[in-house]
Amino acid sequence: MISGEIALYLFMLAAFTGHEIISRVPVILHTPLMSGSNFVHGIVLVGAMITLGEATTLTQQVIGFVGVFLGAGNAAGGYVVTERMLEMFKSSKKEGAK
Amino acid sequence: MDKTTLLHYVVQASYFAAAVLFILGIKRMSSPVTARSGIQWAGVGMLVATIATFFHGNVAAGLGTGLQPQTMTNILLMVLAIGVSTAFAWISGKKVAMTDMPQMVALYNGMGGGSAAAIGAAALIGAASGTAHHTLGTAQIALAVIGALIGSISFTGSLIAFAKLQGWMDKTFRFGGQQFVNGLFFLSALGLGAALLFKLDVTIVVAFFAVSLLFGVLMTLPIGGADMPVVISLYNAFTGLAVAFEGYVQGNVALIIAGTVVGAAGTLLTRLMAKAMNRSISNVLFSNFGGGGGAASEIAGSQKPIEAADAASLLYMAEKVIIVPGYGMAVAQAQHKIWELSQQLIKRDKEVKFAIHPVAGRMPGHMNVLLAEAGVPYDLIADMDDVNPEFATCDVAIVIGANDVVNPVARTDKSSPIYGMPILDVINARQVIVIKRGKGAGFAGIENALFYADNCRMLYADGQEAANRLIAELKGIDSGGGH
Repeated sequence: MISGEIALYLFMLAAFTGHEIISRVPVILHTPLMSGSNFVHGIVLVGAMITLGEATTLTQQVIGFVGVFLGAGNAAGGYVVTERMLEMFKSSKKEGAK
Repeated sequence: MDKTTLLHYVVQASYFAAAVLFILGIKRMSSPVTARSGIQWAGVGMLVATIATFFHGNVAAGLGTGLQPQTMTNILLMVLAIGVSTAFAWISGKKVAMTDMPQMVALYNGMGGGSAAAIGAAALIGAASGTAHHTLGTAQIALAVIGALIGSISFTGSLIAFAKLQGWMDKTFRFGGQQFVNGLFFLSALGLGAALLFKLDVTIVVAFFAVSLLFGVLMTLPIGGADMPVVISLYNAFTGLAVAFEGYVQGNVALIIAGTVVGAAGTLLTRLMAKAMNRSISNVLFSNFGGGGGAASEIAGSQKPIEAADAASLLYMAEKVIIVPGYGMAVAQAQHKIWELSQQLIKRDKEVKFAIHPVAGRMPGHMNVLLAEAGVPYDLIADMDDVNPEFATCDVAIVIGANDVVNPVARTDKSSPIYGMPILDVINARQVIVIKRGKGAGFAGIENALFYADNCRMLYADGQEAANRLIAELKGIDSGGGH
């Protein structure tokens, strides 16, 4: 278990990181980036898997199952959609070389 | 070191690797050159973390020792849920049209929020009924509650946003005293959540979730379609935070880091978006476009039409052409034709640029995606701040399917509801051609002074048809025009 103050430092550092990496992004990438960060919080799948893994009652199994189902959808859908968007970005220079 | 301890370290190392890959991935996604590899890096991180979780102590515990009879059932359920959900999301994500991308992001985001809420629900109910793996401290209960509240709002709110953008639901839904009712629901959710700090009780947990989920619906119902991008981005940040908080409850660093990074990045993105629309976030959430507000001044003059043939000769003589596409272009599916027209112009040695307003489309950057889909290289696409000074040196500006974002009253008329909104200075171009189906006003319902300007001509046609006619006329000048 992570102690309270270490978690606080984690929150702070991660928040700065999130702010930093996105602050110099050209507008053309806002939508893919929103979609990409949407994919990244699909990591919630891992948490839901642990919840389901720990389940000992039927209620917990149902909740865990729903959690895993939703989390997996977030991760898989987020990935496919972002990949499709980014696939289309290409430079005219490269095209000219073809 | 025994096997369990070793496995523990391997799992933790995988989570660490995933967190690093996520951050590097998002970083790479912030430049067009490396963007594609960015999502792939993050994807590898996700895969590693997911596989590692099957070996997590609390998941695999009791396997082979017979201590926990549910273990095997739970793992099977896990595989089933992941399999079905991934298949659904993968296929729907592959099939969706680029114009419909925003609602898919909303849908997947809502699922993530729901998942975080489910983690919170399981932790709280487990602790309340004494069946949990571990008991929760006060800080953990507090964060489980906050995470569950935010996650629930993001879950049902995103689903409503999805339904609205998909056209399954009327754009707005309002009734008298709505804000009061919403406020009441929010306070009840907070109250029930606070009560859980003092008395963990299953009934209160259930009531808390019911109220929170309902609040997400109520909060999103009155928000209009034009504001949806900001709302989706906000819920994206919400889900990130919810994931981070539930990560703390579980003591899972990967969730804390990934969730917080997304929460912070998403908040910044939401603010950038709201700023580009000249709306504050609270304004988006608690009020509506066109609700009251002073009547804008009347615009003198008339709209002057132009024929495709004349428009084509203007283009033929121009040296520099800037194209300003709006969502109307995407709705008319005209982006491919517009790119074809641009190629015709480039072939005739004209400088062609696409000027994109930050909120063109349904999300910031959505227009860039739509143009990219049509094959427009991203280095021909310019942001508002870079391109605005260039309109003064441009011979012809073509506006297609854009309206409010080129309306000069945003700079001049203080009584206009869009006053202060950043706009593209199309009006500074020597000649403006507006391709538009009819004489109607834009999203905000405001007359556009650009359309009445002396240097502006209206080409009344559907986007695709107009582009087709311009291409044909251009080719006609080449062959028949004979100089």
